[in-house]
Amino acid sequence: MARAIIIKTRRNKSRAGETEILALVNHPMETGRRKNKKTKKKIPAHYITKLNIELNGKLVASCNLGAAVSKRPLVGISVAGAKSGDKVKVSWRDNKNESGSLTGAVA
Amino acid sequence: MKTMKRRTFLKGTVASGVIVAAAGAGLLRPTEVLASSYPKGAFGVKGLESTLKNLFGTSSHTKSSKIKFVNPTIQAENSKVVPVTVSVGMKTDSIAILVVKNPGAMAASVDLSGAAKGYFRTKLKMGKTSDVYAVVKSGGRLYSNKIKIKVTVGGCGG
Repeated sequence: MARAIIIKTRRNKSRAGETEILALVNHPMETGRRKNKKTKKKIPAHYITKLNIELNGKLVASCNLGAAVSKRPLVGISVAGAKSGDKVKVSWRDNKNESGSLTGAVA
Repeated sequence: MKTMKRRTFLKGTVASGVIVAAAGAGLLRPTEVLASSYPKGAFGVKGLESTLKNLFGTSSHTKSSKIKFVNPTIQAENSKVVPVTVSVGMKTDSIAILVVKNPGAMAASVDLSGAAKGYFRTKLKMGKTSDVYAVVKSGGRLYSNKIKIKVTVGGCGG
């Protein structure tokens, strides 16, 4: 099942002259500790482990996520000198070896 | 004499061609070549010190006021979605966010390179009220700062 990815870029309000790149993946991020209330069985862990962000084909951030990151995880980084139209690629992989990627552009 | 030269020239081109092909094969999947491996051993470990040891190989860290939490949450209204933003005023190689009292302290980390600056934003789940640490690796040394985020289980904020 393809999981939707959203890429957003904007001026970083807290850091002058930098661009904030936000990536959001529609992923359940199951910790493996929750129980199904009806069957009383544990819901198996299912979470993103690795999320990479590339800018113009160059890796700028390699995130290691754990089960403690919220559902529909959001990851934001800040880059210097990004121009409008620069290519942003987000790719992720989870503990069940599912993966996905999306390419967007700096707004 | 001329033919010899041509032969050596051809040999040279064939050899360099092989190198180019090898580099090309590597370039086909740049993320897998460049990205650091997933620090599996750092996740699911209790406490700050042992997690840092598993993640960075050392647990000695200095408190730094250059590490700032942007718009920090003091009272989390929803413990399953606690926004945390870290902004670092120095050269940054990696940032790790740890929730000390979670079953596994390690929440997330990021390795930065190229144009990326010392900034990391994410949303966390928190089991209960806890100190949240931001640990920054800069020039081979570790720096940290923390905030306390309150979690009210099943209650209203305040």
